[in-house]
Amino acid sequence: MDAAAEQKYNFAVVRWFTVMATVYLVVGALVGVYIAAELAWPFLNFDLPYITFGRLRPLHTNAVIFAFGGCALMATSFYSVQRTCGVKLWSDKLAWFVFLGWNLIIVSAVITLPLGITSGKEYAELEWPIDLAIAVVWLAYSFNFIMTLATRKSSHIYVSNWFFLGMMVMITYLHVVNSLAIPVDLFRSYSVFSGVQDAMVQWWWGHNAVGFYLTAGFLGIMYYFVPKQAGRPVYSYRLSVIHFWALMFGYVWLGAHHLQYTALPDWTGSLGAAVSLAMIIPSWGGAVNGMMTLSGAWDKLRTDYILRFMIMSLAFYAMSTFEGPVMSLKTVNALSHYTDWTVGHVHSGALGWVAMVAIGAIYHMMMRTFHTEMWSLKLINAHFWTATIGAVIYVVAMWVSGIMQGLMWRAYDEYGTLAYTFAESVEAMHPYYAMRAVGGAIFLLGAVMMLINVLMTVMKASSEGSLQQARTAAATA
Amino acid sequence: MANENQSVSFQEKMEKNIWLLLILLALSLSVGGLVEIVPLFTMKSTMEHNAAPELVWQRQAGQTLHDHKPGDGMRPYTALELAGRDIYLREGCYTCHSQMVRPFRDEKERYGHYSLASESMYDHPFQWGSKRTGPDFARLGNKYSDDWHRKHLRAPRSVVPESVMPNYPWLKDNSVEGKDMAARFSVMRLIGVPYTDEDIASANAEMAGKTEEDAMVAYLQVLGTMAKLDENKVYRE
Repeated sequence: MDAAAEQKYNFAVVRWFTVMATVYLVVGALVGVYIAAELAWPFLNFDLPYITFGRLRPLHTNAVIFAFGGCALMATSFYSVQRTCGVKLWSDKLAWFVFLGWNLIIVSAVITLPLGITSGKEYAELEWPIDLAIAVVWLAYSFNFIMTLATRKSSHIYVSNWFFLGMMVMITYLHVVNSLAIPVDLFRSYSVFSGVQDAMVQWWWGHNAVGFYLTAGFLGIMYYFVPKQAGRPVYSYRLSVIHFWALMFGYVWLGAHHLQYTALPDWTGSLGAAVSLAMIIPSWGGAVNGMMTLSGAWDKLRTDYILRFMIMSLAFYAMSTFEGPVMSLKTVNALSHYTDWTVGHVHSGALGWVAMVAIGAIYHMMMRTFHTEMWSLKLINAHFWTATIGAVIYVVAMWVSGIMQGLMWRAYDEYGTLAYTFAESVEAMHPYYAMRAVGGAIFLLGAVMMLINVLMTVMKASSEGSLQQARTAAATA
Repeated sequence: MANENQSVSFQEKMEKNIWLLLILLALSLSVGGLVEIVPLFTMKSTMEHNAAPELVWQRQAGQTLHDHKPGDGMRPYTALELAGRDIYLREGCYTCHSQMVRPFRDEKERYGHYSLASESMYDHPFQWGSKRTGPDFARLGNKYSDDWHRKHLRAPRSVVPESVMPNYPWLKDNSVEGKDMAARFSVMRLIGVPYTDEDIASANAEMAGKTEEDAMVAYLQVLGTMAKLDENKVYRE
């Protein structure tokens, strides 16, 4: 129990974001498993417009990225910025506004997307009134974070905060530009860009949502929580400086690699691919820095289940940031683009890296902000294995189906005509789509275990009175 | 390396000054986007019709959108087609279907001529897609009959047994009558799609008696048919 911290900092908003992140992980994964099952067994669409794959898929991506990812980012950044700066959040009111605002945005997404209210831009489907709300809440979040840094007690700004800052600036750019649209009415708007320009703006957003929201932001999580959980300092300060600036400058260029061989001019796609290849170095810089933080303390992995999540996440991060540049090579991209390989790549990043590092941080924060042990440590270990096995099954299924699709589409028979119809390639995917649904379901099972564990810990903290004690005890430190 | 010392001290300055760090971040984060996006608006070679003007329909005064013949060149969508396109967005068709044929032999044989940038010049937003759970649509128009499309939309597995597409039976039941297509045309004109006053004035009347399925079929049947591409011409280097 850390009464001093409880009374000094605003942990209440962190607690709420932490619990909600866990709830949204379950919701997002549940929708994901359902739409995966729809692709394997299409009767599951049940002829209901609201639950068809096309409408639920945007709900899945928005739920995991903005609901789960967003709450995880806000919980971790608000927690770590207070601890690294030695001051309370600049404004409690603004922090609660961000919490309520963000959750209202999530609720409005859950309502509008199944109704088919969408701007039709992948990963940015929400319509303009919600886009406006996102801009306001995002700026309020960033402002509160920046002002907390500006009023800090420590002389240096700690490395995790650089990454959070980079994310805040870039996401503001991206969201504002990519969402530029003219409304027809409350529920419909048209992007001001068209065709090739719209495609480039969209993938500039699309890849940088990955690059800044899901990578820079989550590296911020990594830089605070891995050293804390391991009880060791970051492996190399110099490495963190170099890979930070390389990542900030370089990642922005990658979006164009999503549009190779399309009607986007060749120079743009090639430029994006070239920078993508170079990004292996800063990406691995981060992975190495995180993993080597454990050097001399590897034995902790035997007993510390939370640390297991973090190290596994770094392994997935290293793997998928190697895979990404490979997929941006023109010859590989010609095969992989439009196939399930892309989906597999995204999920090795999302399930392996993003979710696991956030899960580790959530367990870490649960104990420190509720001032008690987790309800069940065994359940954390069970969660670790289900999450890992689920992610691996998912990714392997998509590798096989993706490469198979790509090869079937370009296969020729002995007469020099296309060997397979498109429908035959769809039929061949069935076992892998089923396997993917199973992998996802196993991952979901782990998320449910986590939710149970988190809720039971909240109840435990309340019945033990540990939170109450921390609030009222005379601060000792 | 004197340079290194200097850069470390500069780094230190930034670590102590949030505003300096923010400015440096804002600058380094804007380079990539500026370099890759701005030229797409200014370089003439981005849009093929700058070198091949026949790709865009040269509408004569007094002509309506319905005077356009397939192959005449790119034109704005008719009211019914645009209504169909909006339904295409609503149903999230882009999550499984691309509209972008790449310049490969197999794609040419499966779908047709590779797609040009000019072919989506009036598409707000673009619908190139990123995934082919189903086939590409860039050259779908006139490949199948209207009847086939209706059957397929209502129950895809009745015509393609291997399909994993949802049934869309509600499209035939929902009317598009009364949809304010004039308002949608006006917004499109505002962002650069050349609709005329006459197009806008007649837009709503076109929806009389039509269903969502009619609109969807109209949209699917026009895809890739507006411009006639010359097999022997090199549109892109």
